[in-house]
Amino acid sequence: MTTPNQSASNRRGFGLGNIAVTQELVVAVAAAIMFLVFSATLDNFLSSANLITLVRNVSVLGMMSLGMALVVIGRGVDLSLVAIMAVSMTLAIVLANGGWSFGLALAAGLAFSIAIGAVTGFLVAYVEIPSIFATLAIAAIVYGLGRGGIADLDVNNLPPGVDWFIFLGRGSLLGIPVSIWLFAATALLLHLFLRKTGFGRFVYAIGDNIETARITGISVRPVLMLKYMLAAFTAFMAGAVTAASVASMNMRIVNSTMIYDVLLVVVLGGIGLTGGRGGIRNVLVGTVLIGLLLNAMTILDISYTVQNLIKSAVLLAALVVEALLNPRDEQTSQQGDI
Amino acid sequence: MEKIERLYYAYFPEKLLGEVLTKRWSDNFIPILAAILVIGFFFLRDPGFFSVGSVVETSRQLSEFAIVVVAMGIVLLAGGLDLSIGSVFALANIVALICMNLLEWSVGAAFLATLGIGAVCGAVNGFLIGYLRIRAFLTTLVTLIIIRSIVDIILLKYAVPISSAFPDAEFWYFIGEGLLFGLPFSFLVAAVIIAFWHIVLTRMKFGWHITAVGGARRSAYNAGLNVKRIVFLTYVCSSVMTATAGFFFAARLGSAGSDTGVGLEITALTAAVLGGNSLGGGRGSVAKSVFGALVVLILTDSLVRIGVSGGVSSTILGLLLLAVVAIDVRWLKNRHKILNKVYVSPTYFKLPDMPETAKGTDSPYAINDRLREVSLIGKGQIEGPEDVIFDRHDNLYCPNRHGDIVRFKAPDYSEWEIFSHIGGHPLGMAFDKHDNLNVCVGGMGLYRVSPDGTPEKLTDETNRTLFSVIDDSRLKLADDLDIAPDGRVFFSEATIRYDMQDWPQDALESRGNGRLICYDPNTGSTHTVLRNLQFPNGVCMTGDGESFLFAETWGCRINRYWFDGKKKGQCETVIPDLPGYPDNINKASDGTFWLALVGMRSPALDVALSMPGMRKRMAKRVARDEWLFPNINTGCVLRFDIDGNVIESMWDLGGVNHPMVTSMREHKGYLYLGGLYNDRIGRLKLANADPDWTSQDDYWGKSS
Repeated sequence: MTTPNQSASNRRGFGLGNIAVTQELVVAVAAAIMFLVFSATLDNFLSSANLITLVRNVSVLGMMSLGMALVVIGRGVDLSLVAIMAVSMTLAIVLANGGWSFGLALAAGLAFSIAIGAVTGFLVAYVEIPSIFATLAIAAIVYGLGRGGIADLDVNNLPPGVDWFIFLGRGSLLGIPVSIWLFAATALLLHLFLRKTGFGRFVYAIGDNIETARITGISVRPVLMLKYMLAAFTAFMAGAVTAASVASMNMRIVNSTMIYDVLLVVVLGGIGLTGGRGGIRNVLVGTVLIGLLLNAMTILDISYTVQNLIKSAVLLAALVVEALLNPRDEQTSQQGDI
Repeated sequence: MEKIERLYYAYFPEKLLGEVLTKRWSDNFIPILAAILVIGFFFLRDPGFFSVGSVVETSRQLSEFAIVVVAMGIVLLAGGLDLSIGSVFALANIVALICMNLLEWSVGAAFLATLGIGAVCGAVNGFLIGYLRIRAFLTTLVTLIIIRSIVDIILLKYAVPISSAFPDAEFWYFIGEGLLFGLPFSFLVAAVIIAFWHIVLTRMKFGWHITAVGGARRSAYNAGLNVKRIVFLTYVCSSVMTATAGFFFAARLGSAGSDTGVGLEITALTAAVLGGNSLGGGRGSVAKSVFGALVVLILTDSLVRIGVSGGVSSTILGLLLLAVVAIDVRWLKNRHKILNKVYVSPTYFKLPDMPETAKGTDSPYAINDRLREVSLIGKGQIEGPEDVIFDRHDNLYCPNRHGDIVRFKAPDYSEWEIFSHIGGHPLGMAFDKHDNLNVCVGGMGLYRVSPDGTPEKLTDETNRTLFSVIDDSRLKLADDLDIAPDGRVFFSEATIRYDMQDWPQDALESRGNGRLICYDPNTGSTHTVLRNLQFPNGVCMTGDGESFLFAETWGCRINRYWFDGKKKGQCETVIPDLPGYPDNINKASDGTFWLALVGMRSPALDVALSMPGMRKRMAKRVARDEWLFPNINTGCVLRFDIDGNVIESMWDLGGVNHPMVTSMREHKGYLYLGGLYNDRIGRLKLANADPDWTSQDDYWGKSS
């Protein structure tokens, strides 16, 4: 078996001398150019305060993109990540404020997020609801639970005396913010999972062709469930970093367009929505590009609405490019694939 | 015990379950149940909900919402999805308000502008999804945000001036608040739109194309439909309709709030799927959409009225969406499995005892080897000659399974040609007075082939039975026919519940699923004369001009039916207890009748017929090719007279020359044999027959 990345480059790339031009490379170069341009033209861009903000935002976005990437590689999509992130962390905070020890409260939040992932996985794998509907509905349900059952307020502050936790969001180690370390560690773990474990290989196989995977003897359904549970775990991690850096969690983030930023990272990074292609490297370059874009737009003081417009236009353009690069054929495309 | 069983199967309409499941409207049972529960629950809680004022207000909301859901339903039907409608709705609202309040256009101009904006949004979606083939879900999700951003930008600029201006147009307020014939104006418009789309989807080419694309996109493409354009157009239609709804919303509330249409796409999607439109396309209707809209609107309105917070109602809506999608997915996946299990519905039937057929007895059925002597015509050149017939020039005609009528040329029948191609599987044949060949074609109906070989459809439908669940107006399996002296064609339809290749299922049921039908060429009308027959097969005029004989294959009997004269409308059994399964009946030269037995009864199946429960379990649990089948390997030819006395029988025990007999025709001293699964026609010299007798002369007189 060739590694997925090789096969992805083989399929998509076209030679330019000795360097294969892949979407990944294009995005990486674009990110580098953007970085240079912003450094030269934008005041404050290179200031340490801004770079730290950039890095922190990138690590939250990147963490969730890792989860999304995992789901997309196994052919699916998870629109409930932001809801899981916000509500599971809110649950942990509310429990801690209610007298639980903070560690236990965090464990409860983690358990909650993984339980939600399991439910999603069950709905997709066993009930066979298209992932896009299942996760959309789960997002609405989880948000409803958060607003109606878990907390009365949208914004919940961390209890006092959890400095070690705050350190995750604000501290730095060897001059690099802890959140980046966390992101890097998650990325590495996920990379090893995808490349070195049987389950990881199965995720690619299922994403490539679920019927073939099933016939080959892979237990498709448990792998699908695991996939959504892992994605929920990354969402919880993202939530932890967010809460640690601002010392609170705001559930209104669910109504924002953050989930599309995540999707944008994955699609722009070069992980095809058809599944079975791409890897963690794609997420890294995608995260950097989108992080830069978001940061620049904030510095330029572009209004939230216009930012949305620009981001979604870029996403649409990325989808168009993907459609042009991987055209779907009338004879081979699948029925009811929406 | 057996008596109870007999009564149960005689009166309990068990077969209806399977028939209902074949209907597309059976998809709606769960939604209807949900609707009754929801409406009932809230009526009990809050009867005020259904007061007149409340209903009028609700009907205005409903008309807007129903239009949006119908729009969503159309996109779903074509296999797509449109999530941008919430934003299109908001955009239409704001455009209408700008046109009316700020630009002070006329209502008509504002309406056109709103629809135009809607069409543009739809065209963008349609282009991306239809022509570029990007996934509908993601595309419309992104356009949802883009259009919403545009709306927000417009709102920032114009929200204040809009809310402080009041358009000077009577009609504008009439649209929003007026009543016409006691009904809200928008409700009437919505009714017209809904009726229009109902007609488009069920009766017009465009609607059928949409269903075709959604049902099987690849097949639609291969059939030559412009799939991309059709998909494109569904999005345009959807957005234009949503814009219409947005226009009504603007006229009703006149407010440019930022939450207009937020979440509408999820609500509309829930409603459309709850109503019974399938995700992935191909199954859906306007009625289903409207129904879903009604249920969801009552639900959401009621939740607001009983003071449920936004968070909880979001959860409820999410759960509802999950539930309806789950039901839809499982239903689509398992419907045909359930159907396979319950459609076959055997009934109680007791055959009379089987007459003696042993060799050497004096029974007329005693086994012999008289068919061993047949000579063969067209061996290996013809497939499936169910019937044989001769024209006035002694040419032999037979059908084949490719849908042709084949002509073997007199006198030696070694040369053959395709006389006419009809299609389907032609079965029984008869010549009429003017030498036209009338043919029953399985799967198609009754056809007439003129002497030069031109086929012409006589009829493919009859009157539909009142209250029958399956549509029995179409002819599924026209089997054999004969023509009365006045030209009326009487033909049998073997079963209305199965297609031709599924005859073993009909045999397993052994219910009267077949019927006799009369086609009158003088008036061009078709009507059913006798129903509930057990696989009626051969039909043959008795020659008295007022009655004919017909065979009921699974009933193992021959009946006589009077279509004219004193006993008109009566039916009598002539032979009640055949030892095998009768097929075609034809005249013999001495006034008696030839009868083909396609196969013999077997004791095991005879017993099984009186044990419907056992047959039902067999149909459910055993693979189809392991079922008890009627034997069709060994048969014989019988001759009987009009009183039902069997005179002689002819067998081919070895099965060497003519293994299966479904039909036979006497012609000039010879008997010609056909068989549905044979590759040959048999020819047997008859010892005592009139060497000049032909059925043509007997029916219509000597040729002039």
